[in-house]
Amino acid sequence: MSADVELDDVWIKFGEFVAARDVNITIKGGEFFSFLGPSGCGKTTLLRAVSGFLEPSQGEVRIGGQNMQGIGPNKRPTALIFQNLALFPLMTVWENIAFALEVRGVGKAERRKRADELLELIALSDQGDKMVHELSGGQRQRVAIARALAAEPQVLLLDEPLSALDLKLRQHMRTELRAIQQRVGITFIYITHDQGEALTMSDNIAVMREGVIEQVSDGNTVYDHPETSFVASFVGENNLFSGRVTEVSDGFATVDTSEGPMRARNALKNGSPQLSAGDSAYVFVRPESLKFANGHAHDNTIKAHINQQEFEGHFWQVFMDVPGSDKTIKMSMVNDGMELSHATGSEVSLGFAADLAVALPEGPLAAE
Amino acid sequence: MRSDTILKISVAVFVGAFFLYLFGPLIIMSVTAFNSSAFPRVSPFECFSVEWFNVLVNDDKLMLGLRNSLFIGLGVVLISVPIGLAGALMLMQISPRVRSWYYTIVISPILIPGVVLGISTLVFWDRLGLMFNADYDSFFYNGIFLTILGQATFISAYSMLVFISRLQRFDSALEEAALDLGATHVQTFRKVLLPFLRPAIGSAAVLAFLASFENYNTTVFTIVSESTLTTVLASKVRYGINPSISALAVIIVVMTLFGAGVYEIMRRREEAQRAASTLIAKAGDAAAVLGRKRRPVYAEPAMIILTLVFVAGLGTTFFAGTVGVDQCKVAVKEEKRRLAEERIKERKLKSMFKQAAPGKETGSKSGGGTGKVEAKGTEGYKSIFAPQNLEGQVESDEKPAEDKGKVDAKGTEGYKGIFAPQNLEGQVDSETKATEEKDKIDAKGTEGYKSIFDPKNLESQSGTNGSN
Ligand SMILES: Nc1ncnc2c1ncn2[C@@H]1O[C@H](COP(=O)(O)OP(=O)(O)OP(=O)(O)O)[C@@H](O)[C@H]1O
Ligand SMILES: [Mg+2]
Repeated sequence: MSADVELDDVWIKFGEFVAARDVNITIKGGEFFSFLGPSGCGKTTLLRAVSGFLEPSQGEVRIGGQNMQGIGPNKRPTALIFQNLALFPLMTVWENIAFALEVRGVGKAERRKRADELLELIALSDQGDKMVHELSGGQRQRVAIARALAAEPQVLLLDEPLSALDLKLRQHMRTELRAIQQRVGITFIYITHDQGEALTMSDNIAVMREGVIEQVSDGNTVYDHPETSFVASFVGENNLFSGRVTEVSDGFATVDTSEGPMRARNALKNGSPQLSAGDSAYVFVRPESLKFANGHAHDNTIKAHINQQEFEGHFWQVFMDVPGSDKTIKMSMVNDGMELSHATGSEVSLGFAADLAVALPEGPLAAE
Repeated sequence: MRSDTILKISVAVFVGAFFLYLFGPLIIMSVTAFNSSAFPRVSPFECFSVEWFNVLVNDDKLMLGLRNSLFIGLGVVLISVPIGLAGALMLMQISPRVRSWYYTIVISPILIPGVVLGISTLVFWDRLGLMFNADYDSFFYNGIFLTILGQATFISAYSMLVFISRLQRFDSALEEAALDLGATHVQTFRKVLLPFLRPAIGSAAVLAFLASFENYNTTVFTIVSESTLTTVLASKVRYGINPSISALAVIIVVMTLFGAGVYEIMRRREEAQRAASTLIAKAGDAAAVLGRKRRPVYAEPAMIILTLVFVAGLGTTFFAGTVGVDQCKVAVKEEKRRLAEERIKERKLKSMFKQAAPGKETGSKSGGGTGKVEAKGTEGYKSIFAPQNLEGQVESDEKPAEDKGKVDAKGTEGYKGIFAPQNLEGQVDSETKATEEKDKIDAKGTEGYKSIFDPKNLESQSGTNGSN
């Protein structure tokens, strides 16, 4: 069984410090929902408010429509997978998994049976009698998941559960987590500062910055239609040009940047365009949206000087300077097996389509 | 010489001196426990004997004190471990600002002199007793009750320190994980925190017990009319001591060594286990762990060896200290009497001829030559080879009728210095007294005998004998 989770006007303060500010989110039952944001932005804090380890200073947390105020973590239908896993070191693997059953007074035989089922689910049958420290990192990860699932929660909360793993294992566990979620069908709330993780697994993503939810939407939308300059700079790679809006029309804005005038989509927020003439704005262009002009007509063109070209297997990274400014432009080209068309050091003209670029009001950016 | 050689040597000398300073007294004292001499001393070493251990266990006052000390220790453990645990848990819960104040307050009993704690406990309960009009048999004036409470005031703080250091390594996320999985607070405490604290509970209990067991300055006030081991020892020292106190010390030292050995084995074992498991986890080799079973600690080879060495040492000592001791003591006594007689004769001669007559030795030499050494009589044998004892042994051979232990002709090297005045003087005095005692030695009635040889002991010993 899965349950909706609603955060309604939630504020969380530690003394003067505001860790979460006016958070309004609805997570539908059975959804894989991610909170994505840089370190220290308040993701763990929000999760702790959902699991009951702290009460919001203001606002309401509802699970399955029920207000959770005053209900302790041991009474909520949630289970949390901790950032450091917090497996019980003095118990065996199966005792860890069966802990939730033990505290409910389930008999030992029944506990063992259920633990074995869960061990099978996480592909660790036969490992039940080991101590936790005898497992590898990835195995521990799975034990933590099994332990949480044994509590039969309606909502599973995961706090950067993969951050301690190496890349290979992390990628493997992503798929596995997604598979487990689909099998058990409960709501997953997943926290990460790794955008790749968020984009590949989630139905919906909330991007956070300093306690504020910047945008909530599915992965494609977050990537292609960022609503704030922070989201545009935090999610994926982007080339940024800043300037002033000279003209807006038909959902597009023209921005006068030091690299020349650029036309880009006037980003929407809540359905309405955000920029009007005279505003300070950023234009964001993804590296894969840039092309060599090669004499063709483009909505926008930039003159640049190729500084460096790096081969990265399935694509090339081309780094360029803009003459007369200290800006570096990054472009990526699919490696189609052809020779590079332009030599390093040559002067080139770049072009990009207006609807592949987005113009946003000037605002905070993600740290490099 | 190069300067670093000098440095090395001086460091070695310093370290040697330091260890001598640390362990010298313990070693000397341990030796005195096995010397049959009535006064705790190393030299002259008379007979290797465990009789002082016998004396020790037959000393009723000491044994009563010991029983009280054990009981008080147990009481203190039962009170201060829970209080210490509660105090430590509290410290972890409160906000950091209050924490330093709280810490200062709860740690203060350690800083207050034990004497003050003792007196204040006594005065406090006395006032309370007066308030309730309690009579002197009530617990308000019961020394054991007051001592348990008085000691627990500061020993609780000790055990709290033990718990604090353990709790600082506790990952509070474990508690949260348990709560999150539906455990109540009580279940979380029982199933997660308590198992983690188990080693600390053991250490705190041992520490509390030892602190209680050796405490004197608080106890001496709170004990009122009862006694503990420390108070009995203190009063004994005031009236003169015998080696049974050394014997007690030896028991404590041996138990400490054994305990330290066990602890070290456990520590290494744990370390090895941790190293092995991290290695396995790193290698990701799951199969390697599968077959591995944890061996119980008593099956650890080092543990078995330690226990064997301990038991064997105990057995050998007991055997060596029991068999042949009587024989040896008869020999020693005879030798002393003989020396005394020699001395007296000599004095007579001196006074008669004003000059000592040489050639006395010839007689004794021939007497020594007739002796044989028994293969079994290792005890008498051992002490015989100590040069000081040899002299006497040989001398006493002049009285073959009373003598049982016999000496080989080799033993003649002991002759030198027989007439050295410093060797004789003291013995003559005591011997003259000894001759007044009955000549035969009763294996059991050793006490009266011993004290006689040491003039300093005479007074107190006769006092104890009278009270027995
Ligand atoms: N108990 C607390 N008291 C005071 N400040 C706190 C407390 N817990 C968290 N904070 C602050 O709240 C902010 C958000 O912390 P939080 O742990 O939620 O970050 P996070 O997004 O989970 O970061 P990370 O990705 O590094 O885990 C941080 O600035 C942190 O210093
Ligand atoms: Mg966090």
